[in-house]
Amino acid sequence: MPRLVEAFWLDVRIFMWTTPCIVAGALLLAVARSTRAPALFPVRLAAIAYIDVMRGVPVILWIYLIGFGVPGLGMERPWNSPLLWGSVALGMTYSAYVAEVFRAGIESVHESQRAAARSLGLSGAQAMRFVILPQAVRRVVPPLMNDLVSLQKDVALVSLIGPIEILRQAGIDKAKFANFTPYVGAALVFLAVTIPLTRFADHLLARERVRTGGSRVR
Amino acid sequence: MTPRIELSGVRKSFGSNVVLDGVDLSAAPGEVVTLIGASGSGKTTLLRCVNLLEPVDDGRILLDGTDIAAVGVDPNPVRRRVGIVFQSFNLFPHMSVERNVTLALTEVLGQPATEAREAARAMLGRLGLADKAGAYPDQLSGGQQQRTAIARALALNPEVLLLDEVTSALDPELVGEVLDVVRELRGSGITMLIATHEMGFAREISDRVCFLAGGTVVESGPPSQVFGAPSDPRTRQFLARVIASGRLDP
Repeated sequence: MPRLVEAFWLDVRIFMWTTPCIVAGALLLAVARSTRAPALFPVRLAAIAYIDVMRGVPVILWIYLIGFGVPGLGMERPWNSPLLWGSVALGMTYSAYVAEVFRAGIESVHESQRAAARSLGLSGAQAMRFVILPQAVRRVVPPLMNDLVSLQKDVALVSLIGPIEILRQAGIDKAKFANFTPYVGAALVFLAVTIPLTRFADHLLARERVRTGGSRVR
Repeated sequence: MTPRIELSGVRKSFGSNVVLDGVDLSAAPGEVVTLIGASGSGKTTLLRCVNLLEPVDDGRILLDGTDIAAVGVDPNPVRRRVGIVFQSFNLFPHMSVERNVTLALTEVLGQPATEAREAARAMLGRLGLADKAGAYPDQLSGGQQQRTAIARALALNPEVLLLDEVTSALDPELVGEVLDVVRELRGSGITMLIATHEMGFAREISDRVCFLAGGTVVESGPPSQVFGAPSDPRTRQFLARVIASGRLDP
């Protein structure tokens, strides 16, 4: 068990460093996809293509493709680490999923907000930055938390290409002791983190509902 | 004298629905022109076209003699000179009242934050909202929200102010406070185009009243003429309906 928790620390580290990258990347993608100027059509098209391709292939396959593929190009250490490229793959796919969450948020902000911003002489980009995005992000925090809970679990997929995180450590221990218990232990460690995260997401959702939807009707 | 704002032959359709079918209209500097007409007669669309929120299909909109509806005109400098206030306020809900007013000052005009804040405070004070600067829109009454929206538009010191049915979304008892603000603006030199269903107000405040029907200005003249002796049968019919519904004293 201590070995499992220690291995889980790697999962947490991967989670911690991919999350900010995912949020930043997803915001960029969502904004790129929501641009309207005809001149920015290529930007829009590129964002759509990226999101479609990343979402259209299973996460695990991207981890194989990028996690084995990029180091296989013959890069020197430390750039040939499957751990590095596995997490990059995870970040790239999750950015696409989260971008769609942000885009839903952007589209949920009423057109009249944009009209009001533009009517004051703000450019389209300023309207997005000061008026649309702040409202959009606030609205999507709860669904975003759900995606982060999934990410926390999907980090285990990186184990399939080598790094000894908790799932792999459990497999090693199972083989060593011919005992299934390490898997159960690993599951418990995940639950100890994901259940509080999930409850927190629910709490945020409920608060958002109270704020925007009025009191609850039976 | 060049009119401050002059529309000629403005056409606008949404799909097959022709909303503006050749509108001619002008307002001299400082003039107050009200647009009346049934719902769907194109009053709102006309104002949105003047603020360049809707591109026109045809026709010209001259601001001090320059066509602002022409292809390739940068809308942002135009919008600094032509403010609009919307029926449903459209305040930014995530910003305080004060920030609603300062946003364009700091981001469009590039004013330093302190200067913008002082200007906003002064403007809010003028509209009776001095104590609401730190409040958020959802903490205000409808009348206070609409006055904030007017403050936001006026802060840019526009030459033209477009008011799109600014009292239509308000509870009846709150209409007065917003109309009072508009009355105060009259004579300050600002040119106003006002779309309204408040006929008594239109009669009182206007230098000129334009009656819109079928996408054109059917009749235009001083309020005494349009309300007192309308010449077009459609105007007479519209006013008869308004009077019958009790919205205008004959």
